[in-house]
Amino acid sequence: MDGLSFDLIALQLFAGLALGAIYVLFAIGLSLIFGMLTVVNFAHGAFYMVGAYVGVYILMLGGNFWICLIAVPLAVGLIGLVVERFLIRPLYGRGMDYPLLLTFGLSYVMVELVRIAFGKTGIPFDTPDILQGAVDIGVGYFPLYRLFVIGAAAVVLLALWLFLERTSFGLIIRAGARDPQIVRVLGVNVAQVWLIVFGIGTAIAGLAGLLAAPLQGVIPEMGGTILAEAFVVTVVGGMGSIGGAVLAGLLVGVVVSMTSLFAPEMGKVSIFALMAIVLIVRPQGFFGRAGLMS
Amino acid sequence: MLRISQLNAWYSASHVLQDISIEVAKGEIVCLIGRNGAGKTTTLKSVMGLLDKTRGSVLFKGRELMGQPAHTRFALGLAYVPEERRIVQGLSVRENLRLGLVASPQKKREAELIDGIARIFPRLAERLDQEAVTMSGGEQQMLAIARAMISKPDLIMLDEPSEGIMPVLVDEMFELFRAMKAEGTTVLLVEQNVELALDIADRAYVLDQGTVVHQASARELLADSEIKERYCSV
Repeated sequence: MDGLSFDLIALQLFAGLALGAIYVLFAIGLSLIFGMLTVVNFAHGAFYMVGAYVGVYILMLGGNFWICLIAVPLAVGLIGLVVERFLIRPLYGRGMDYPLLLTFGLSYVMVELVRIAFGKTGIPFDTPDILQGAVDIGVGYFPLYRLFVIGAAAVVLLALWLFLERTSFGLIIRAGARDPQIVRVLGVNVAQVWLIVFGIGTAIAGLAGLLAAPLQGVIPEMGGTILAEAFVVTVVGGMGSIGGAVLAGLLVGVVVSMTSLFAPEMGKVSIFALMAIVLIVRPQGFFGRAGLMS
Repeated sequence: MLRISQLNAWYSASHVLQDISIEVAKGEIVCLIGRNGAGKTTTLKSVMGLLDKTRGSVLFKGRELMGQPAHTRFALGLAYVPEERRIVQGLSVRENLRLGLVASPQKKREAELIDGIARIFPRLAERLDQEAVTMSGGEQQMLAIARAMISKPDLIMLDEPSEGIMPVLVDEMFELFRAMKAEGTTVLLVEQNVELALDIADRAYVLDQGTVVHQASARELLADSEIKERYCSV
């Protein structure tokens, strides 16, 4: 263990949690949309990317990061509403492959539009001044911004949990994910609920893209990488399970972070190895329902 | 209250209901009887708007329901308790009851209405915060009925409420239907347990192979062993 002190490992663990926080935000939207609409949203990465670019655009207009935190999810969620209402809704009742292909194609269109508008090269995204630097977290100095990302994800999760558990609309979502027919019979316009869920899911994806921007920079292809990783998160956590997405997101973040410390060349492979192991031991994931896909 | 005329329904290519006409007057309990596959459940689903392909007319309180989505039909005062998947997994008894009010204009009176329903269903009152799927089949069915009743619909359609339930609870349930009728709720009931159903019903329609083959008052049918033999024996 020469050169690898306990503190270094602990710091890397925290870095993994920050990365995991982004995965969690990305994956809960993906999971919420799948659980409710049974739509596998291949455009989720594109919404994430658009979130980062909306942030870039707001900064170009002279706005600051705090405005971005509010405006980005609103703007991306609005795009999500339009996409669900006019592109996905006509495909309901035709099987899962239709919306899957549509969102797959849509992701290419969105990436291309962003390339046209902002260019193909990456754009650096400065960490907001007040969040620069590092703080002592006991085991060493940890970048303040990463701490902020963990905190922001926690706030979003808490808000989402309160929304789902304490409001009537949340009750409708929880029931509708299990049994849309009963909810319909009890007078709920399910199409409207699906629309709003898609809007919420994409809004959170946009926020995740914004939060990731200062960590990784902004390029049009940024959504593709995280989409592949987030599918690992949803498979490991269990399709359609929000609790599973949270646990698996953090786990995947830590695994990526740790392998990049001990075996950097294995960084990308490690999470797929993790997925393979989980699928062998528990095919439905941590919290998934067996037979959901059958 | 409900006038179904010349109702036709299809499951993909198969024509499962052929020119069904049924009337239910306000305050009545009307029972649909017949063998499995006769079209009873399909009739209820068509009235609720859960089938893709239907034709004909369904007038409810004078308004045409055909072409309206299920949630609009609920809003007009129509409730439906399906035969299967009665209770939503992962929700408590209280949450299932709240679910019965989420789309109702009575939602503001939620606490009061849940108290009221708890008085009618003491078994549920004891278990309000328990996860609903941990209850017995009969208690779950009671919950499904309570959930449909809590928004005070004008007409409630029940599909095989007694199926798979202990006799003692079945008696309790049928007492409840009598009480519902006494309070002015109209009931359209599909039931395998013909004797029991005819005992509380005012009138009944006998369905066979997707058509109405007979209709009579419940008392007449109870005495008519030939019809019961021919269309209802399992």
